Amino acid sequence: MLTQTQVAVLTRVFQKADGDNQGYVPPSVVVDLVTQVFGSAALSAGELEHVERRSASKASKAGLSFVDFTEVVNDLMGSTTRWGTLQTNLDGHVGFDSIQEQVRRKSLKRGFEFNLMVVGESGLGKSTLVNTLFKSTVSRASCTQVEHPIPKTVEVNSVSHVIEEEGVRLKLTITDTPGFGDQINNDRCWLPVLDHVNDQFERYLKEEVSVVRKKRIPDTRVHACLYFIAPTGHSLKQLDIEFMKRLDQCVNIIPVIAKADTLTLEERDAFKARICEDIQFHGMNVYPSSIVPEDDDDAEINSKIESLLPFAVVGSEKEHKRGNKSVLGRQTKWGFIEVENKAHCEFPNLRDMLIKTHMQDLIETTDKVHYENFRHTRLQRQQMGESNI
Amino acid sequence: MASATTRELEGYVGFANLPNQVFRKSVKRGFEFTLMVVGRSGLGKSTLVNSLFLTDLYCDTVYPEPPKRIPKTTEIQTSTVEMKEGGVRLRLSIVDTPGFGDVVNNGHCWEPIINYVNTQFEDYLNAESRVSRQLIKDTRIQCCLYFIAPSGHGLKPIDVECMKQLHAKVNIVPVIAKADTLTPEECARFKRAVMRDIASNHIKIYDFPDLEGEDAEEIAANKKLKESIPFAVVGSNGIIIDEKGKRCRGRKYPWGVVEVENGDHCDFTTLRNMLIRTHMQDLKDVTNDIHYENYRAQRLAEVISPSEKHELPSRNPMAQIEFEKQEHEAKMRKMEEEMEQVFAQKVMEKQQKLKESEADLKRRHDQMMVSLEKQQRELDEKRRQFEQDKTDFEAQQRKYQQEQEAIQSQQQKHGKNDKYKTHKKGIFT
Repeated sequence: MLTQTQVAVLTRVFQKADGDNQGYVPPSVVVDLVTQVFGSAALSAGELEHVERRSASKASKAGLSFVDFTEVVNDLMGSTTRWGTLQTNLDGHVGFDSIQEQVRRKSLKRGFEFNLMVVGESGLGKSTLVNTLFKSTVSRASCTQVEHPIPKTVEVNSVSHVIEEEGVRLKLTITDTPGFGDQINNDRCWLPVLDHVNDQFERYLKEEVSVVRKKRIPDTRVHACLYFIAPTGHSLKQLDIEFMKRLDQCVNIIPVIAKADTLTLEERDAFKARICEDIQFHGMNVYPSSIVPEDDDDAEINSKIESLLPFAVVGSEKEHKRGNKSVLGRQTKWGFIEVENKAHCEFPNLRDMLIKTHMQDLIETTDKVHYENFRHTRLQRQQMGESNI
Repeated sequence: MASATTRELEGYVGFANLPNQVFRKSVKRGFEFTLMVVGRSGLGKSTLVNSLFLTDLYCDTVYPEPPKRIPKTTEIQTSTVEMKEGGVRLRLSIVDTPGFGDVVNNGHCWEPIINYVNTQFEDYLNAESRVSRQLIKDTRIQCCLYFIAPSGHGLKPIDVECMKQLHAKVNIVPVIAKADTLTPEECARFKRAVMRDIASNHIKIYDFPDLEGEDAEEIAANKKLKESIPFAVVGSNGIIIDEKGKRCRGRKYPWGVVEVENGDHCDFTTLRNMLIRTHMQDLKDVTNDIHYENYRAQRLAEVISPSEKHELPSRNPMAQIEFEKQEHEAKMRKMEEEMEQVFAQKVMEKQQKLKESEADLKRRHDQMMVSLEKQQRELDEKRRQFEQDKTDFEAQQRKYQQEQEAIQSQQQKHGKNDKYKTHKKGIFT
């Protein structure tokens, strides 16, 4: 039911459009009216389209009546919280703005979970980069004892850490894939990786669907996959394309150019352009272009990131003294490469995106997009009686 | 052959001028060198070749559109350049291998390379065996630069496998590509790891031997240079001007400039010196004396004892080889015939001898029989004679008896008369 004020607003808008007071409005004008009511920033293009279709379907020969108009608006009100002119004004301070503090405290107590997977040939600096990202030795190669040679088949190994910063605890799981792309015949070397990702989804689904389930389902789903591209300077290798084509539906893939200190700036730009061409040509879904931005701010950030993709990174765990401070970097005979310097490499950009701005988004995309896809196909298959959970 | 004794000369003969003659002749003829670069794409092979010979053999690579980008198999591309320096002409051929190790399944990516190397040897073998061999074009690969990606860990399986296939056919010089991605410590560690892998897999790389005519100082310097194998190189297509206004080949980064020709930055100068300035002729000699000879011996051995496993494809009809083969077979056949003849002859001789001895024996046997018969006859004769005599004698005996009896009776008749007379005969009768 609509309140009186709301009805008043709608009637006003309707009558303005309905110049000759027939009581009907042509459906094509409805989109305009809706934008007037809700504000131009409130509705996405998809929703406006939806509105158009609905009004077209509801309209009779004469046009859309007021009742139908209110119905359409009612639907819209359910899907968004930005009501523009329909918003009710407050007379004082209520105090529900503290809800964000409550949420924050709750999540602080709970802690966060983030699962990162690194994929790439051996020797591309995966472990170093992960250690640099989280400023501690968190990668599998540095933590586990055994230094074993290149394995004959692709293994998938995970290590978990809990790191804490300003009272916020993060359970970080790094999954490594030693042996990927290292053999002479690398056919189907992506299969173990694919299986691992699907296994995690399976586990989550099982927990979700069980009759008595835990209060908080442990989330081991892979939230982000850093794919390391060798800095050849030419274009993507066939193995890269095969891997990305198969995994872009299950996990957020973030391609990264490894050991970028071997490319000059012009070579780097040319290489990136060719990689983007390849990605577009093969229709691969790399993060963050696969997500739909919620509003303009996000869209702006995303487009800025997209223009830099894939990030050309250099990792280093060693600190050197430059002047009076310690800087992370690589010391060579011809210069010092600062890892955190945006002019030298794009590591800071990657770190900001991965941790500072998009971590929550990565988790959400995994949950809402990839997991939903998986769930959809699984339950469909179950309905068709092929397997039982 | 008696060993030659060295003699002192009393005057100046003039053969000290021989090296000059050789030098002049070879300068006029010019030199040839064939170099092969092997490695995955994107390791800077073309750039390094450009830097090594200070020419732009490969202009900027043109990248095809995305659909055509991925190569299917390893290709072999040759390019030839003629260069002249200080009056010496060099005809340089570079063999490139695009597509090596680029696809997902690299199981047989080295086969085109092996086939190419073998084909060059085959061509040279055929050219050598021709009747008129004035203009032999030497396209054999004299040196193979194998590019190793700077992973920092060690050799990858594909590197090990490919080097194992190639080390018996070409001189392999391993090279660490794009070495500006390694810090000095990482570089040293990586070189040690690579050499360890090479040793443990028994791969024979070209070891830049000490050349004759070098003194101890040069040998020591050579030894120090050999310690930096595999060479960590950086190549550059462009000439840049660094801060001091110096022109050099290098790569410009935001954090500094890598000079290709600076011995501190990379081993490019070492590689160039050892490859071109000191060991180029030795590389050619090793290829000719060792690798080519191995190949030749193997091939000819296969021809003499034809085996079904002989699978080397030959592009030119091996007329000469066939002819020799036939000749040899004919010789074999003749030898066989001769041997058979000899054998038959011997058999006949033996038979003859046997026959003779048989005849001999028979003769003697006959002779003996004859003699025996004769003896027997004689004996018979004698016996007859004896019998005769015996009967005669008996007859005589009887006659005598008769005579005796007759005489007795006569005497008896007369007897009484003669009793006394005859009495006298016996005293006690």
